[in-house]
Amino acid sequence: MQPLLEIRQLRTDRLGPVDLRVQPGELVQITGASGAGKSLLLRAIADLDPNSGEVWLDGQARDALTPPEWRRQVAYVPAETAWWGDRVDEHLPADWARDDAESFLERLGLEHGALDWEVERLSSGEKQRLGLLRALLTGPRVLLLDEPTANLDLENTRRFERLVRAWMAEREAAALWVTHDTQQRDRLGGRILTLSDGRPEGTSWT
Amino acid sequence: MDLIRLSPFDLALAAVLVVLLAGVTMWARMGVGRTLLIAAVRTVIQLLLVGLVLQTLFDHAHLGWVALMAMVMLAVAGYEVMARQQRRFAGMWGYGIGAVTMFVSSFAITVLALTTMVGPSPWWEPQYSIPLLGMLLGNTMTGIALGLDRLTQNVWRERRTIEGRLALGASWSEAVTTMRREAARSGLMPTINAMAAAGIVSLPGMMTGQILAGAPPVEAVKYQILIMFLISAGTGFGAIGAVWFASSRLFDHRQRLRLDRLKPGRHT
Repeated sequence: MQPLLEIRQLRTDRLGPVDLRVQPGELVQITGASGAGKSLLLRAIADLDPNSGEVWLDGQARDALTPPEWRRQVAYVPAETAWWGDRVDEHLPADWARDDAESFLERLGLEHGALDWEVERLSSGEKQRLGLLRALLTGPRVLLLDEPTANLDLENTRRFERLVRAWMAEREAAALWVTHDTQQRDRLGGRILTLSDGRPEGTSWT
Repeated sequence: MDLIRLSPFDLALAAVLVVLLAGVTMWARMGVGRTLLIAAVRTVIQLLLVGLVLQTLFDHAHLGWVALMAMVMLAVAGYEVMARQQRRFAGMWGYGIGAVTMFVSSFAITVLALTTMVGPSPWWEPQYSIPLLGMLLGNTMTGIALGLDRLTQNVWRERRTIEGRLALGASWSEAVTTMRREAARSGLMPTINAMAAAGIVSLPGMMTGQILAGAPPVEAVKYQILIMFLISAGTGFGAIGAVWFASSRLFDHRQRLRLDRLKPGRHT
């Protein structure tokens, strides 16, 4: 089967080389100590930092797409999401679908009116959940999640995990998920890529 | 009407005022006394030198000398723009962006004004070309320096916003558009304010000079209006150009934000 995401010899000045193949519908967890390069790996895949190597999505080379096209398909969601407008809906893609948005809101435990909320008044947990929603509405094939539930309580963390899993199943999408939480690790399952000093320690299958 | 010549004694009297001011600032421990005196001494030396240079230039009017003087002025202005950046571009870009945009806007507008509006003969007559270029460069320099400084500061402070927009599929230009607009605006504001306040709040320096030298006020005013318009155009186009140019340089061919292309300046 052709992998959805294929990474060959990916390097930055503090990372790599990393080789990785991710199948459609597969979730790969990324772990490792602070400074091991987890965020760097996600940022390099999203092409936000200078990097070398090859990255392929569904058989298409990254360089064949413009950076905006690539980043809409391979969506990076940082641990701390940035908000620049006054209201939440100013941060959504131009062509967002209301049905999708409302379905995501319900599954994240947020009310429909959340899109009209003022950014000033969002809690850090609401920002994380709305950050996921915003990324999902761009219609990506791969999610790059950098400790996305660090500010959420257990109930909302589980909602978040269920939404990502269900969304991956619906779209045959993939996710790379950075986490430190060992209980979350067990809940998420899947392959675990452990980084140490910018290099994979060897993938283990669980 | 003749110009009343100033004697060294007249200048010395004015200098006493500056020394008094320095004394007061030292007494009040404001910490600027020394800087003030050094600046005053620099003014005397620099202006005397430039007076001598201009005198020589006027006595030996030749296009080559005028061009050389213009290039020296541009080189110094380019350095000033660079020195005023808290976070400037590393390498030759730190100097190049300001110098190139200043060259294009100030020189183009000075040449245009000399050939089509003022019309001295020859068109590069130093009595007209050098003061005109000097006023344009001086103001354009301020506008470009303000615009660039604001741009790099804003981009640095809002790097997470920019990368957040990039990650959601925005182009580099969309991601930086608000910072770029604001930076260009801040480069233009001093000129707009100066035009709006001219004649009411303050009498512009050039006009005052011409009146002191014995020119009829209405003639002086016409020159001042011309200069104001030239300065607005030069500063505006210069600041917009520099900010656009610099913002594109903050991203690479894969539309990644490259803050590593900036380095902290000397004035932090």
